[in-house]
Amino acid sequence: MQAAPVSARVVGFLDHLRLNEFTIGLSESEVALSLLAGAQMSNAETTRRRLKVLLTGRRDEWNRFDDLFEAYWHARGRERPATDTKRDTKHSWVSGGSLWRRHAGSDEAPANDANADGGDIEIEDGADGRLIASERTTRMRTDLREFADPREIAEAERMALQLARAMRYRISRRHRPARRGARLDMRRIIRASLARGGEPITLLHRRPPERPVRIVIFLDVSGSMKPYSRFFLQFVKGLVCTWVEADAYLLHTKLVRVTDAVRERDSVKAMSRLALMAEGFGGGTKLGGSLAQFNDQYAKQALNSRSVAVVVSDGYDTGTPEQLAHELSRLKRRARRLVWLNPLLGWSQYEPVTAAMTAAMPLIDHFAAANTLQSLAELEPHLARL
Amino acid sequence: MSERETISERLRATGYIADETLETALQLSLDLGRPLLLEGEAGVGKTEIARALAEAIGTRLIRLQCYEGLDATTAIYEWNYQHQLLAIKAREREEISPADIEEHIFSEAFLLRRPLLEAITQDRSPVLLIDEIDRADEEFEAYLLEVLADYQITIPELGTIPATSKPHVVLTSNATRELSDALRRRCLYTYIDFPSPERELEIVLARQPGLEAELASQITRFIAALRREDLEKVPGIAETLDWAAALAGLDVKRLDGDLAQIQSTLVCLLKTEADQKAVTSEVTSRLAGQAA
Repeated sequence: MQAAPVSARVVGFLDHLRLNEFTIGLSESEVALSLLAGAQMSNAETTRRRLKVLLTGRRDEWNRFDDLFEAYWHARGRERPATDTKRDTKHSWVSGGSLWRRHAGSDEAPANDANADGGDIEIEDGADGRLIASERTTRMRTDLREFADPREIAEAERMALQLARAMRYRISRRHRPARRGARLDMRRIIRASLARGGEPITLLHRRPPERPVRIVIFLDVSGSMKPYSRFFLQFVKGLVCTWVEADAYLLHTKLVRVTDAVRERDSVKAMSRLALMAEGFGGGTKLGGSLAQFNDQYAKQALNSRSVAVVVSDGYDTGTPEQLAHELSRLKRRARRLVWLNPLLGWSQYEPVTAAMTAAMPLIDHFAAANTLQSLAELEPHLARL
Repeated sequence: MSERETISERLRATGYIADETLETALQLSLDLGRPLLLEGEAGVGKTEIARALAEAIGTRLIRLQCYEGLDATTAIYEWNYQHQLLAIKAREREEISPADIEEHIFSEAFLLRRPLLEAITQDRSPVLLIDEIDRADEEFEAYLLEVLADYQITIPELGTIPATSKPHVVLTSNATRELSDALRRRCLYTYIDFPSPERELEIVLARQPGLEAELASQITRFIAALRREDLEKVPGIAETLDWAAALAGLDVKRLDGDLAQIQSTLVCLLKTEADQKAVTSEVTSRLAGQAA
């Protein structure tokens, strides 16, 4: 039996799939080999189907499998354009880092020791005379553009992340213990009755949880938003994790879905991937056009009746206000609330009078500034309450 | 493979028309003993498959409907606390030692079996349908994975309950959120799309034998075209069957006949206000003209 060459080819096929970003573990190799050993090799079609069912795990893998199968087993491959993000990030870390630095406007290399000052709790008697203890509150209220020192930037990013994480925890799904509620919490009643000689005197209740919210964030990455983008990205990163469902998109001349990049644990890698995605955006923002792309492609799956759409943009748009209004109303048909965060609102004497903002205002449920960490924190009730 | 032919024939006998890939998937799932994950739009017939499979292999269907906030208590087991409290109070006067009471109240009689526990304690392997797993949260997924790996459930008061028979597990998902990689790797996967007009025709004729072939093929072509329109809620196979039944009931012979009547029957297919407004008489007559 020609087991050895066949098994080598099969293992090669699995590697080929893994290179194409399939998630395949070791146990799959064993099963695949045993499948092929046991099957009647005469029916290639059946074997292909069996491998397809075994080795794919999601829709895009399902769609790509047949081509990859052909490419490998029948050498009828097609050249894929070199957008292999997994590979590129290794190289682009160097260049991506500098891209990001340019983007953030800082010329120094980002410091790795952001927490070096963490233990310092003495009173700092500097020119501005701020206490470290209240430094946090001050940071919360400082306009994000004004963070220039890379350590400050890193600290503010960390705070944004923490804010988001705290929000995430509070928006919880399980039944919570509550003083009053519709249902009785039998487990806790019995436990409490132990102290009362077995009599269920103390009655404790359970409340149905506040239903979780799905947050879809649209982040404008045009030039004027540069100083703010990185903080928002950290904030979004804190939200887009396991508990609260959240989705993130970049808006500029076109729409880019960045949820996966933002979920990356390695912050530097995530930033460089995002910088890469945001790269090559020349020209002015097309808010309406990008939102149209969202509505056509992603809206059905991304939005449900308990979702909140959050647009973070300064409202400078090169498209028509009518288009923006039209797309926003389409968005609102699916999402419950529309929140618009405009960093310019925090500037004194700013009035939202651009044509785009005027067109959008009637459709916005909550319009707020987004230029300080404090304003980010103030989002919470709007996100939690629906 | 005579067994595979039997699976597809048996499925057909229950009224479910599956394509070859799905049949392969089902057969592989039965052979390897691995759960099968079915993904696809709402209305393509994922839940139906589990029903058909159970009928085809002649076993029971146990269904666990997932939703946000689903936890172990609702999915696996729960103690009947009210009953237990009553039993304790009732026995208070009698001279029974605490150990005996404890043994009594933590016995099988007071255990409420939920779907997962029930599924592993059947004499004959049932089909366990875990519906819409994407609506449950990640913690539940992790627990489910554990159960699917060992096929045993631990109840602290009773000990570990091993499976008397391994259930055939089918999971469905509407792809509203990303499932964990661990779950995807554990399961076999099939993406189910809306059927082609030819296959849908087979389905309609299988479910409604009395329908005229000409009308049935017009119906399926119309539906195929309708699905390509920009609708909020794309009609599924169940809607097709409803519509076919409605048209048969109204004794409609052709789709390009009485337009007003056809238009009024579209309530079977269009389930939102926006869709009903969007599909005007002009659209209907255009689609009917294409289908005829």
